[in-house]
Amino acid sequence: MKMNNDPLLSVKDLRTCFRTTNGLARAVDGISFDIPAGKTLALVGESGCGKSVTALSIMRLIQEPAGYIAGDRIIFQGQDLLKLSKRKMREIRGNRISMIFQEPMTSLNPVMTIGEQIMEVIQLHRGLSKKEALGLAVEMLNQVKIPDPAIRISEYPHQLSGGMKQRVMIAIALSCEPDLLIADEPTTSLDVTVQAQILMLMKELQQKEGTAILLITHDIAVVYEVADYITVMYAGRAIEQAKRSRFFRHACHPYTTRLFESLPSMDKRNEQLSTIPGRVPDPTRYPEGCRFADRCHLAFDRCNKEDPKMRFIEKGHSIACHLENAPAISTATATITRKTEGRATYTSSPLVSVKDLKIYYPIRKGLLKSIVGHVKAVDGIDISIGQGETLALVGESGCGKTTMGRGILRLIDITCGTIHFNNIDIMHISGSKLRRLRKDMQIMFQDPYGSLNPRMMVNQIISEGLISQGIGGNKKERDNIVKELMDQVGLDPGMIHRYPHEFSGGQRQRIGIARFLAVKPKFVVCDEVTSALDVSVQAQILNLLKTLQQREDLSYLFITHNLSVVTYIADLVAVMYLGKIVERGTIREVFDTPGHPYTQALLAASPCIGEDGRKKIFLEGEVPSPVNPPEGCHFHPRCPKVMPGCRKVYPGQYSLSETHSTRCWLYE
Amino acid sequence: MEIKLVFLWTDMLIYLLLLSAIGFAVYSIRFEHLRSPWRQVAHNRLAMVAGFVLFCYIIIGLCDSIHFQERAADEKGQIVKDSQGGIIYKPDVLSVLDILVTSIRENTEDSYSAPLATHSYSMKNITLPDGKQIRTYAKLKYEGKHLFGTDKVGMDVFYRALKGIRTGIVIGTLTTLIMLPFAIMTGIMAGYFKGWVDDLIQYIYTTLSSIPGVLLIASAILMLQVYMDTHADRFENIIIRADTRLFFLCVILGVSSWTGLCRILRGETLKLMEMEYVQASMALGVGHFKILLKHIIPNIMHIVLISVVLDFSGLVLAEAVLSYVGVGVDPTMESWGNMINAARLELAREPIVWWNLAAAFILMFGLVLSANLFADAVRDAFDPRLRTK
Amino acid sequence: MHTYIIRRILYAIPILIGINIITFILFFVINTPDQMARLHLGMKRVTPEAIEKWKEDHNYHLPIFWNGSESGIKKITQTIFYQKSAGLFIFRFGKSDEGRDIAHEITQRMWPSLAIAIPTFIIGLMVNITVSLFIAFVRGSYLDMVTMIWCVIIMSISGLFYIIGGQFLFGKILNLVPISGYDSGISVFKFVVLPVLIGVIGGIGSGVRWYRTIFLEEIGKDYIRTARAKGLTETRVLFKHALKNALIPILTGVVVVIPQLFMGSLVMEAFFGIPGLGSYTIDAIRSQDFGIVRAMVFLGAMLYIIGLILTDICYSWVDPRIRFE
Ligand code: SF4
Ligand code: SF4
Repeated sequence: MKMNNDPLLSVKDLRTCFRTTNGLARAVDGISFDIPAGKTLALVGESGCGKSVTALSIMRLIQEPAGYIAGDRIIFQGQDLLKLSKRKMREIRGNRISMIFQEPMTSLNPVMTIGEQIMEVIQLHRGLSKKEALGLAVEMLNQVKIPDPAIRISEYPHQLSGGMKQRVMIAIALSCEPDLLIADEPTTSLDVTVQAQILMLMKELQQKEGTAILLITHDIAVVYEVADYITVMYAGRAIEQAKRSRFFRHACHPYTTRLFESLPSMDKRNEQLSTIPGRVPDPTRYPEGCRFADRCHLAFDRCNKEDPKMRFIEKGHSIACHLENAPAISTATATITRKTEGRATYTSSPLVSVKDLKIYYPIRKGLLKSIVGHVKAVDGIDISIGQGETLALVGESGCGKTTMGRGILRLIDITCGTIHFNNIDIMHISGSKLRRLRKDMQIMFQDPYGSLNPRMMVNQIISEGLISQGIGGNKKERDNIVKELMDQVGLDPGMIHRYPHEFSGGQRQRIGIARFLAVKPKFVVCDEVTSALDVSVQAQILNLLKTLQQREDLSYLFITHNLSVVTYIADLVAVMYLGKIVERGTIREVFDTPGHPYTQALLAASPCIGEDGRKKIFLEGEVPSPVNPPEGCHFHPRCPKVMPGCRKVYPGQYSLSETHSTRCWLYE
Repeated sequence: MEIKLVFLWTDMLIYLLLLSAIGFAVYSIRFEHLRSPWRQVAHNRLAMVAGFVLFCYIIIGLCDSIHFQERAADEKGQIVKDSQGGIIYKPDVLSVLDILVTSIRENTEDSYSAPLATHSYSMKNITLPDGKQIRTYAKLKYEGKHLFGTDKVGMDVFYRALKGIRTGIVIGTLTTLIMLPFAIMTGIMAGYFKGWVDDLIQYIYTTLSSIPGVLLIASAILMLQVYMDTHADRFENIIIRADTRLFFLCVILGVSSWTGLCRILRGETLKLMEMEYVQASMALGVGHFKILLKHIIPNIMHIVLISVVLDFSGLVLAEAVLSYVGVGVDPTMESWGNMINAARLELAREPIVWWNLAAAFILMFGLVLSANLFADAVRDAFDPRLRTK
Repeated sequence: MHTYIIRRILYAIPILIGINIITFILFFVINTPDQMARLHLGMKRVTPEAIEKWKEDHNYHLPIFWNGSESGIKKITQTIFYQKSAGLFIFRFGKSDEGRDIAHEITQRMWPSLAIAIPTFIIGLMVNITVSLFIAFVRGSYLDMVTMIWCVIIMSISGLFYIIGGQFLFGKILNLVPISGYDSGISVFKFVVLPVLIGVIGGIGSGVRWYRTIFLEEIGKDYIRTARAKGLTETRVLFKHALKNALIPILTGVVVVIPQLFMGSLVMEAFFGIPGLGSYTIDAIRSQDFGIVRAMVFLGAMLYIIGLILTDICYSWVDPRIRFE
């Protein structure tokens, strides 16, 4: 044990620049922080603030010559990493400092076995023989809790699930017992139940090995669960640093407090979420004064002239802000509670009513490609949504929720079932009749980039529906409607002749909203519409959707995996697992008294600020492939409460209240 | 001087192509997504130099694509008429280029002469004014005027090489023009409608592309040859004969290069169909035709453009090989392939005659190199995959 | 996997039938047998009897698709289509105009073609991969730029010039190798070396450019970043990680041409006087021997389809993502 008090890693005024066609981009522009040995520092911030570049700079993996490190020092165990020779640096990489990345799918070499990839780093840094390395590799797989490591070791990455791959990445990273592990958004692309597993694993290994962790994330709730120290980044700099205990009670930089306030939660249901207007400044052109000034609700004269320096406001808590007494976050806003009233209205005749919807995809095999089975993406689902209601469809990836959303609108072929919209059977109409009906039922997508045709101008995009539905006369009148719509969704109507790439992600989602609003629909399927957005932008979009709903009496089918968004926006919720709805009810019912073991696990697994004593339920494994779901209750291989009967027959629906029901044998 | 315009098939198609290129340019100006890559090309100095060279070639090719016949005249310059008083035209068909370079065209020697030479290449018996006969290197009629020398019959080699430009350009561009509508239509249809349409189109292009290109062309040209021989009456003169053959060569080359583009477009359309904006417009009730027109075609145009410019140089090179094999353009037609073919024997002469080959080489290399450089710049500018880097 | 390959082979059948029909139409329908006879007998001055005789000799006297005058199965078999097409499937190519058996000629002439094509292919592939890998290593440098410009220049020169220039330089001026010809046994080397060299040089431009793009694409991928984060040297990252992945598209891209190596290269063989299939074809084209041309079309198409099937097999063999499906 080292006895000195020097931190393990000390980053001092780090600056990293990239040469771009628009000039020099100062992606990281003078950030400083320390990581003590064995502790976790979380680097938080929205996309484009320079978090990942900071991590890559520490590893000295910035791609030259486009990018370079301009200054100043990165002291790791007493030596300045920036002064080391390339060879010396390679000895540190993967050995003393190692790194895991966001995308486990692509971060492993697809043509090398798991074993080769782990052994490679072991042999390189530890100088072990092949045999010893193999033994150690198996041992590492065991440590990261991969079942049957001796078999898995000779498998290829594509044979493993996403969570397993991330475990392998961790095994590679930890196999030389590094002093520092840099984890760049390690769980962002994983499902919540898997995220909980991975975070837990990292924590356990940290305790065992005493590794320090630099965790890079955009998710404050994840930070709450694992970090010891927190650094908030904005526009290439640190703007607030504190210990965890202090941070979640006394964070006071205006940006940080606004971030907290923009988190959706149940107790904010009846109010608008706070948002941060504008966007992060362009790294090639930072403003002179405070970089947050044009978005700051507390900005005053001095902010535009003078650049605020980091200063301590308390021991171990510093901010970069001119405000003397910056108001701290209130505990209430920092806490995502799930225990307040939720509105739940039920209209007697539903607007949309789906009965026994099935969407199967044939699996073809053999010489003649005969159908040998079906992937039951959606397997007998009933839902109904009333006028002005929001039904949230939640579930992990691969559960069939997106297929379901497109099926309801008949954008894909349906195997069987009935769909009534406004008491019209839309299963049996087609051609122009269906086309006319589409006016009332719309969809909005997740990907702000893929959902707008890059070759069309905004007015063409928004007026597409007007033309196809024959609304709004000639081009001039249509343009006027478009301008009005843009104004409604908070876009500058002067931008109607711009192309999508000139807009930010949030603005693009607004265009998507204007596109469906144009035809004045009654029902909208929102498919993960905020998943690709930063929280502050997410809040803007949620606010907008909510306002529109109240004004136009819209009904939403809100498809998402983000539970806090659900608590904020939805009235009713349906939980999906492998093509079936396992539990449904009002928000309160499902979130306060979850019945199905899967719902319980899902709620427990999603990270949450302010619920320290919460009992965690860790689910084993991951969602199985829908190609051959487990016999009986699909959830039984992972269910903590599994009973022998569960393995045979799929449970029927059991009512827990008038509106709350679940499909689990526990309630028979 | 009275003239009669002669409209050859390929001439008309070349000008049709020119019109559509202008049309495309006008269309491009209206759309930023087409304009900005062109701006990027314009910023690339190498590409602009290449583009300029290409432009010169094209201008020459276009001048060489306006054909006419002059009225026949006797030695005294008197216009001749036939027995009924009808107008008679000279049998040889000229082009605007021929007129522009009349001096080179008409400066013929007796036989070979080296580039810029003043005396003939081989010794000759000549009669001196005093009646004595000597064997010597005769003085040329046009001393030092032949940039690339003259050929066997004394024709200026530079002129012949210039005439080869049109052939190269016609093959490089008309082929694409002919196959383009077909490739776009089938590629998009296969990707859009899927099912049996897709199966059928895939079957057709796999079948066609499995026949080795040269052999397919050879077979087709041989058959055309037989057809033209047996129906000689339908082809008035050599020029029309050669032109028909050139046209069919383009068609056949088009058939064999159609498959590649079709396959790429099919794949791209399949990808686009999964894009959320296509789904969104389906959800808005937009019809098939509109979706194809607004969402699919604009998003594959850059691929079409890239493949057009990339194919060009390959086709020019292919012409030479095919002519060498004997299934290219008509042997009477001026083309680089025919020049190279003829030059083979000349290389075996002692001392060797190399300038025919050199002229064809230099002009061809200039065209292909500039086309390649220009195509690279266009691809870099239009291929979004490269642009993100 | 096996069923997959069998299905691929079955899928080849309709394609071969399609090719058969296309060539049949090309060779027998566009021009009538009478016209063919005239052409071969020397245009105008032929008697009808001579034409009939020629057609009789070449089995051209039958109806094209359907023989109404025969009975039963012979209605189909006693037609030009059947007589001329069915044999192709079992490699009965018939006789050339000179009366030689085409199938036999092909088996004879295959070897010289392979003697040129295989070394050209292998050496070319190795040279291209080595150069492009090196270029990928020094990517973005001055050397990279210069090499790329040279590649464009090499690509822009017609193959004919390489051959003519090569023959002139090595054969005539330097007198290192014979200009053309072929021999059996060990002395074949001196005849083969120049065509192979020219083949390799001619292909370098496009090959290096293509492979370089593949390598650069691989280098941009996430797993390369992981490999660097492990502390591996740049050479190891490139040679172990990138190369292994890049070989997949490279291999699958070149496998398709392997069966076609049999066909030889038309121009190369003609210039160098190599008695292979390429020069066989070219001679047939020049002497308008349709029997041979048609046989070569069919053979070439069949080899291409074999190439496609091999590509699929090879793909599933080198790529673990498919191997374990
Ligand atoms: S310095 Fe001024 S603008 Fe910047 S965060 Fe503080 S109050 Fe806001
Ligand atoms: S039915 Fe059984 S296995 Fe399924 S969720 Fe209920 S208790 Fe668990």
